[in-house]
Amino acid sequence: MTGIETYTSYIPLYAVLVSLFVVPLIILSSRNPNLREFWTVLAAVIKFLLVLSLVPSVFFQNKYAVIDILEISPGLSLSLKVDQFGLFFAIVASGLWILTSVYSIGYMRGLNEHKQTRYFASFAVCLSATMGVAFSANLLTFLIFYETLTIATYPLVIHKETQEAISAGRKYLAFTLSAGAVLLGAISWLYIRTGNINFTPGGIYSNLANFNGVDKIIFILFLCGVGVKSAIIPLHSWLPTAMIAPTPVSALLHAVAVVKSGVFGVVRVIGFVFGPYFMIQTGMNNVVIVVASLTIILASLLAFAQNNLKRLLAYSTIGHLSYIVLGAGLLTPSSFTGGILHLLNHATLKITLFFCAGAIYVVHHKENISDIDGIGKAMPLTMTAFTIGALGLIGIPPLNGFISKWVLGYGAVEGGKIIALAVLLLSGLLNAGYFVPIIYRAFFKSSNEFGKYKEASLLMLVPLILTALVSVLIGAFPKLMFGLYDVAMSISNLVLRGVWR
Amino acid sequence: MISNNIPVLIPITFLVTAFFIVLFGQFRRAVAFPLAILGTTFALFVSLSGLVKVTTSGTIHYHLGGWVPPIGIEYVLDPLSAFIASVVCGVGLLVLIYSYSSVKFELPAKIVPFYGIAMLLLAGLTGIVVTGDLFNLYVFIEISALSSYAIVAVGEKKAPVAAFRYLLVGTIGATFYLLGLGFIYLLTGSLNMADVAKILTVTPVNPALVTGAVLMIVGLGLKMALFPMHGWLPDAYTYAPSAGSAILAPIGNKVFAYALIRILLFVFNKDFIRMELPVLDVLLWLSSAGILYGSIMAMAQNELKRMLAYSSVAQIGYIGLGIGMGNMLGFIGAILHIINHATMKATLFLVAGNLRYKIGHSSIDQLDGTIRKKMPLTSAAFAISALSMIGIPPTAGFFSKWYLALAGIERSQWIFVVVILLSSLLNAVYFFKVLERMYLQSANYKEGTYSKTIHKDEVPASMLIPTIIFAVMVVLLGLINAYIVKYIMTMAPSGL
Repeated sequence: MTGIETYTSYIPLYAVLVSLFVVPLIILSSRNPNLREFWTVLAAVIKFLLVLSLVPSVFFQNKYAVIDILEISPGLSLSLKVDQFGLFFAIVASGLWILTSVYSIGYMRGLNEHKQTRYFASFAVCLSATMGVAFSANLLTFLIFYETLTIATYPLVIHKETQEAISAGRKYLAFTLSAGAVLLGAISWLYIRTGNINFTPGGIYSNLANFNGVDKIIFILFLCGVGVKSAIIPLHSWLPTAMIAPTPVSALLHAVAVVKSGVFGVVRVIGFVFGPYFMIQTGMNNVVIVVASLTIILASLLAFAQNNLKRLLAYSTIGHLSYIVLGAGLLTPSSFTGGILHLLNHATLKITLFFCAGAIYVVHHKENISDIDGIGKAMPLTMTAFTIGALGLIGIPPLNGFISKWVLGYGAVEGGKIIALAVLLLSGLLNAGYFVPIIYRAFFKSSNEFGKYKEASLLMLVPLILTALVSVLIGAFPKLMFGLYDVAMSISNLVLRGVWR
Repeated sequence: MISNNIPVLIPITFLVTAFFIVLFGQFRRAVAFPLAILGTTFALFVSLSGLVKVTTSGTIHYHLGGWVPPIGIEYVLDPLSAFIASVVCGVGLLVLIYSYSSVKFELPAKIVPFYGIAMLLLAGLTGIVVTGDLFNLYVFIEISALSSYAIVAVGEKKAPVAAFRYLLVGTIGATFYLLGLGFIYLLTGSLNMADVAKILTVTPVNPALVTGAVLMIVGLGLKMALFPMHGWLPDAYTYAPSAGSAILAPIGNKVFAYALIRILLFVFNKDFIRMELPVLDVLLWLSSAGILYGSIMAMAQNELKRMLAYSSVAQIGYIGLGIGMGNMLGFIGAILHIINHATMKATLFLVAGNLRYKIGHSSIDQLDGTIRKKMPLTSAAFAISALSMIGIPPTAGFFSKWYLALAGIERSQWIFVVVILLSSLLNAVYFFKVLERMYLQSANYKEGTYSKTIHKDEVPASMLIPTIIFAVMVVLLGLINAYIVKYIMTMAPSGL
């Protein structure tokens, strides 16, 4: 690598560990809920600040923070390396964790949920693992955090401890642990074959003179391994089932941290392990494009059939995750950029929608779309935020969702894949098809059920307004947008350098 | 001066301690426990100092009675045997500390015999590890075998039957080994391992050699419960007293796996094993079958100890796979799994013992969420080692899988790579079955007995602390595995 400097820094390690460190504190203060929640919020804020403190060097000076923690296997170390892409993901996840923590307090107390200590402790571990995934310097480190994330999410999925929740947990484990096993196989194979499992912009295969069918098989194994968490159809069905988890979990983990770790993995594998040269030479990019396109369309169609609001959002998530996969698969500068931007934009939009669904559930105990006629009068702010989120996902300007979709579409044209453009446009229509009726029901249908104005507590209301606001701001202020665009573009240039110039 | 005696000092310590326990135990039963701890601590100290000595100044040879091999009996402490001896003594010590309350609770009348036999068992096991003589190996096999029959037999009501079955099979195994050894002795005229190895390199392959080798391997296979020779194990481990199964399961059959490694990779000629006799391939297939069979049987069990016993059948398969791969990575995987599995299985059996101590049983379908409230640390220890058995990083179990998968891929043994990866999923099925009960099963269905406030009611510290140490070790061994692996690489036989 030329042009990129690295420097040793403990900050990435602290950013990973800070939430792990508060876990014992959370458990010890289980009898004092205010203190316990204080730890969570404190960790979230510190984590976010630590992550932000890496911005100047990584984004502006192109200097990567690296830290080798320990040798975990002869010749391989557990090491962190903060590059633009990892930092981008880390900012999204840790920033939204602050809001989700606040929201969680309102949600859990509003419902008087049981076992809140376990809930907050597991949440903190999940965020540590997510930071680890974002900052991993090599595939083994990635796998370690990826599997930790799998296990740490389990207590959150089965939180209700009903029979239904337990079987949802089983299904979740069956999918994710199998994926972990496949990923382990793929990584071992790659290691034996190439001896190099470090993330390298442009891929380690760009230096290998010849590759053959075996490498294709390894790639497919990788795609299956990370495809489960990114909910690529047909590996998606755990996600709607996992919606039984408390809503803040669905909001942060099943719209941001866990599933985005999967998508992050897909982008890493395509851009930083196998590389565009390999992808195009072997035709594997077409495989990714076809799978992602099918997922986008099928998930949107399946969303129509849902009456449970959270399940609908889950199917919508499945579709939008594949926007990012599609962007990576198209391998053009704009598509890659658009995919990375969508990682952020979908996060703010979808978390808003989940927050709204949770607020509705806490205040009015409704979770089905057919039961929310006229709720817009009772919860005007919540439903306005919901509308913003939905419009953003449909892709209406000036919301941020429009921008990523525009860039993605431009990338599809750039790559000469008009089909992909058609998929994006059709998906926009389908998104409108399943979101607009909800908005219509909420605001224009009347029902006697929700009489007076009754919003959720401020602890829940403020986060959901903030996320909606962020979505608007990113879209409406070109300066902010272009800053992010530049970051995404520079990642894309690093990966695609030489292929598209 | 003492350092040259280290190899022999380890088993001798246990033998002497056993003698004194029985002698003084006649007068005061209470001396049995402290003596056993004292002896084991000393042996651990000796083997650890041996470990240090071996790494700094090379292999230590001790000639018994001053007779020079191949005439005399030799004890050898090389990196491999020093390592395994330390593991055996370390695990043994922790389990013995644990056994104080457990034995008083389960076997109040048999305290002295229990500790006497436990010392003999450890003498046998460490003897197998340090001996450099094929016939002496047989002697130690018999010492450890006889004492393990006895340890099993003092257990539950069904234990004597299980012990008798174990005795029959074990005796057959030992006999096979001895018979095979007879062939080898006739061919080579020597019993010393190093000597035999040297002579075998120039011995042409003939039916007698093949017969001898096969008999010895089958004999050791029976002892280590390699599928399909595992039949004795589930009953023996289930019905043995908790402390007994906690000492047998982690190190009992591992030591025989070690003996197999010694014989296959150190004594027999590499070309002979690879080319003339497809032992390694047979080992791979049997191990894989054992992994699948053991895991599936474990799913069907309702008694925790029995489930763990079947899981042991599967886990010995991991070690077998590692040996069978016949490459460096496989060797690393096998040796690393010996220590990893010893730690994990020890934790799990101690947890089973804790459950029996506090709630009087360890049947899985009667466990419920009260366990977690009553015994939070015991439950946590179980959860950690269960995750390790499934192979979740960064616990120890993950790295066993990692090296074994690498070994399989390096040799392009795809079927076995799939088996390794699949088995972790099978482990997940039966361990999460228990975890779900321990953590999630609400206890409401039992009328009357359920009260909102369940008080913490952990086992005594003498049982709890070893359990926790083992559980911490499970994580620690994962994190520091690179150092262990680098050390393991120094133990490998030449040319691997």
